[in-house]
Amino acid sequence: MNHPEAAKKFVKDEQRTTWHDQSLWFVRTKRDKSSKSLPEWEELRNMASAIKANVLSHLDEYLEEFERNAQANGVTVHWAKDAEEHNRIVHSILAKHRVKRLVKSKSMLTEECHLNPHLEQQGIEVIDTDLGERIVQLANEPPSHIVMPAIHKKKEEIGELFAKTIGTEPGAKDPQYLTEAARQHLREKFLAADAAITGVNFAIAETGGVVVCTNEGNADMGVHLAPVHIACMGMEKIIPKAEHLGVFLRLLARSATGQPITTYSSHFHKPRAGTEMHIVIVDNGRSEHLGQEDFRRALHCIRCGACMNTCPIYRRSGGHSYGYTVPGPIGSIIAPARNLKANHTLPFASTLCGSCSNVCPVKIDIHDQLYKWRQVIAKKKEVPLSKQLAMKVAGRVFANPGLYRMLGKVGRKVLRLPLKPLIYNPLNTWGKARDLPEAPKQSFREWYLENYPKNGK
Amino acid sequence: MKRKVGLFIPCYIDQFYPNIAIATLKLLEKFDLEVGYPLEQTCCGQPMANSGFEEASLDAAQLFIRNFQEFDYIVAPSGSCVLHVKEHYNLLPGSEAVTKVRENTFELCEFLVDVLKVDHLKARFPFKVGYHSSCHGQRGLCLSQSSELNAPGFSKPKQLLQMVDGLELVELNRPDECCGFGGTFAVSEEAVSVRMGKDRIQDHLEQGAEVLTGGDASCLMHLEGLIKRKQLPLKVKHIAEILNGESV
Repeated sequence: MNHPEAAKKFVKDEQRTTWHDQSLWFVRTKRDKSSKSLPEWEELRNMASAIKANVLSHLDEYLEEFERNAQANGVTVHWAKDAEEHNRIVHSILAKHRVKRLVKSKSMLTEECHLNPHLEQQGIEVIDTDLGERIVQLANEPPSHIVMPAIHKKKEEIGELFAKTIGTEPGAKDPQYLTEAARQHLREKFLAADAAITGVNFAIAETGGVVVCTNEGNADMGVHLAPVHIACMGMEKIIPKAEHLGVFLRLLARSATGQPITTYSSHFHKPRAGTEMHIVIVDNGRSEHLGQEDFRRALHCIRCGACMNTCPIYRRSGGHSYGYTVPGPIGSIIAPARNLKANHTLPFASTLCGSCSNVCPVKIDIHDQLYKWRQVIAKKKEVPLSKQLAMKVAGRVFANPGLYRMLGKVGRKVLRLPLKPLIYNPLNTWGKARDLPEAPKQSFREWYLENYPKNGK
Repeated sequence: MKRKVGLFIPCYIDQFYPNIAIATLKLLEKFDLEVGYPLEQTCCGQPMANSGFEEASLDAAQLFIRNFQEFDYIVAPSGSCVLHVKEHYNLLPGSEAVTKVRENTFELCEFLVDVLKVDHLKARFPFKVGYHSSCHGQRGLCLSQSSELNAPGFSKPKQLLQMVDGLELVELNRPDECCGFGGTFAVSEEAVSVRMGKDRIQDHLEQGAEVLTGGDASCLMHLEGLIKRKQLPLKVKHIAEILNGESV
């Protein structure tokens, strides 16, 4: 399904749309408050953007430095060129250790690679331990947001889901009760796990360590209990030095939820005695993306989700309407870089209002990239024929003042005819919910020539 | 010698909203300017370019340059079209004329505040007014501060509205949320576009606005279309009309 169709379905439920919009707007408001409590906020954004620009232009060197330092710490580093290789590597590590049960903290990369179904097919139980992720996993749905994966679900629906899946009281909707039930349920899974997978928020080239940010402590809990830790990261997650964390950690949580910092910023540098730590560095289209000058800055993204919370379209169409792992404005500029054909409606799911670029903590020019993707998509003829034709005709008309004036005059005349049912026909999408402007007898130019005859040529 | 101003009237204002164009012209004529209206103007090319068809917009853009290159300033009652000229005319082969036009094109409020340094207006509008900040005007042209940024607040359009006698500005819950017009977005994403517009209107109604105003006739066309369909108690007026001293 394309975005407009999916969005239309979502918007149909007016009350739910209101609720979804307000929930996310609340998070945006918290972000505003929190960011405005730091006088140096805009300076931090500039700094973060500059650090990421430096990383992207020296990515090869930083990655090698990171690998060297990680290896020196006793970590095994793997390189995966795509999702398939990533999944194969992860599975081979798990197979070597005869892992049957696996806990995983939040990782958008493993979502991108569809790791869960791959492992489940091989008979491994995969448990997402982030509460929101666990909810969507139990519901057999993809996340609808990168920071709040179950933001599309109401507490009553979660109560219903938990009653069916983890045995809570039917009809329960008290968040505290439901969260406690999930805690107990997950506790068993943590204790039984043979391995833990985490994502990576920041990989520090200088130290070879990785940093994972969570609010629930589930990354630590998983890693500290299991004999094997696999950290999966997109190759753009590198930062040069540990001191740069001071910039990014301050921006990340404030942008994401308005918190000054996530509850846990967990640093993993080497395996505990008697355990193994692996890091899988994944390309999966990133190198090619990096080579596209107009679009490479999308790789600055630190996955805070602020652009989703602020996007008036995301708030009113829901994360699932995008049909891509990363939804919202940032997803709409990443998705076409990975698969243009499948995602060609996404850059048009925007009014180019620019709010996304303004909240972005690493200053990605999101709305400018949306505009540029539209040019690419139109050139590849991935837009409907009717639109291609309409735009070409419009281009001709506007290049010809006489023709423009003639068509304007005829058009206004037709609109003034008493033909309402004909004008508001099913093909008139504008007129479904909106009246057309009243067509005046005189255009401005006609009025001008009448009132300023001296200026007429 | 008087400064020469070229009146840039976007195509849909020319065809559907001559009153906005007339108000803009009359308003500008109150100042010490020589205002001209190039008769061969059509459209700046934005609808095609924003839909991904920059190439189809080139001839219209070239025509725009030819029409306006002789003026000291080019002024339009539309932030969106001005932004297109300033930001996207780099798609034209560079020339002195292109640079001159891009640098000297202004949205009406920005021209009044920044160039003419207007500090009083002879206008009366005794109504409660909600100001709809268009995205291209605000985030693109910086006519007012964006709520996302940690930076001192200002608003050029509101500064002007406050000079109008009797006018009471209402504060909105979401001062700079998009109305959902977005050019072809209004049609290709009709469902979300309409919902966004309804939400904006609701905000104005809840704050007790009697009149909704703004600097972009395209946003206003979308919002007024929704208001009229539902026959809501909210009038729509372009800011040029209010600043020119017209009543509802």
